[in-house]
Amino acid sequence: MTHIALLTSRVRVEEKLLIAALNRRNITFDIIDDGTLLLDLAQPDPRWHTYDAVLGRSMSQSRGLAVLAVLEQWGVPVFNTATVTATCNDKLLTTLALLRAGVPTPRTLLAFDAQTAVQGIETLGYPVVLKPITGSWGRLLARINDRDAAEAVLEHQETLGGYQHHTHYIQQYIDKPHRDIRAFVIGDETVCAIYRTSEHWVTNTARGAVTSNCPVTPELAKLCVRAAHAVGGGILAIDILEDVEQGLLVNEINATMEFRNSIAPTGVDIPQVMLDYVLSHAREGVLR
Amino acid sequence: METTSTTNGTTLTANCPECDAAINLQGLLANEITYCPDCNAELEVLSLEQPALALAPQVEEDWGE
Repeated sequence: MTHIALLTSRVRVEEKLLIAALNRRNITFDIIDDGTLLLDLAQPDPRWHTYDAVLGRSMSQSRGLAVLAVLEQWGVPVFNTATVTATCNDKLLTTLALLRAGVPTPRTLLAFDAQTAVQGIETLGYPVVLKPITGSWGRLLARINDRDAAEAVLEHQETLGGYQHHTHYIQQYIDKPHRDIRAFVIGDETVCAIYRTSEHWVTNTARGAVTSNCPVTPELAKLCVRAAHAVGGGILAIDILEDVEQGLLVNEINATMEFRNSIAPTGVDIPQVMLDYVLSHAREGVLR
Repeated sequence: METTSTTNGTTLTANCPECDAAINLQGLLANEITYCPDCNAELEVLSLEQPALALAPQVEEDWGE
């Protein structure tokens, strides 16, 4: 009998949908709170080997990645892999992976002090976007419209931020049509996509964007699968920007995707498709 | 390693740590976020075996997708 673990920090709507999908299939499962774990690195706990697969659903990216890395080393099948998760958790590593694979992405500069960062920003031309390398839900994104704003935000990053904020990730601003695209890639298929529409330039649903179905054209499907493969593949949400001149650009990739607002508009049972993928690969004993 | 499972028809209550209202935990899972119907505090279900609630933690810098 198949036995699954859901690794969580908090039980969100997504986890409850996954639990409902597991129950519908009569699959036994445990919910494991990542905050309670004590892992003896050289002494694999045999209980982990009772699972056919561990699905990483941690909201804490640092905890989730750490646990996936340990389990992977212990030979427990994990979804997504630690390497894929590490790449997606880090915008710099994601951009590098996309560039290596030749996947179109907004032009990005990297700088390590404020003065050099301003030079970089003015190379791209205003506006630009400053992003923390780690972080999610559209937090701490800044659209920089002029030098005053650039100097202010960079000073705040260097004075108030942790060391991660001292690496300045400077992205070309894409004047998108009040929306972006989020596409869901599971394995080798782009299973569905949504538009996230907002009057605000940040179009995350966590920031109030409204969702609607986005037709998966052959172009979109192919681009998203290429992007997913670029970071190692698995169960991934690809964020795409539409640029009038450059076409579709892959912006970010999420390894612990939220999907609560995407099922109704697309009509796709995303948790069910996720489980199909996990179960088929767990049964094969394939480590991706 | 702590694991949790869903409740099975037993009436479970715990008190809100903010206003002490009795809150029904029926149908909730450990680590799920809920709200106090009296004071609207955001709460986390700590345990169902020994029903307990705590104020939900603020979003941390590394939380996300």
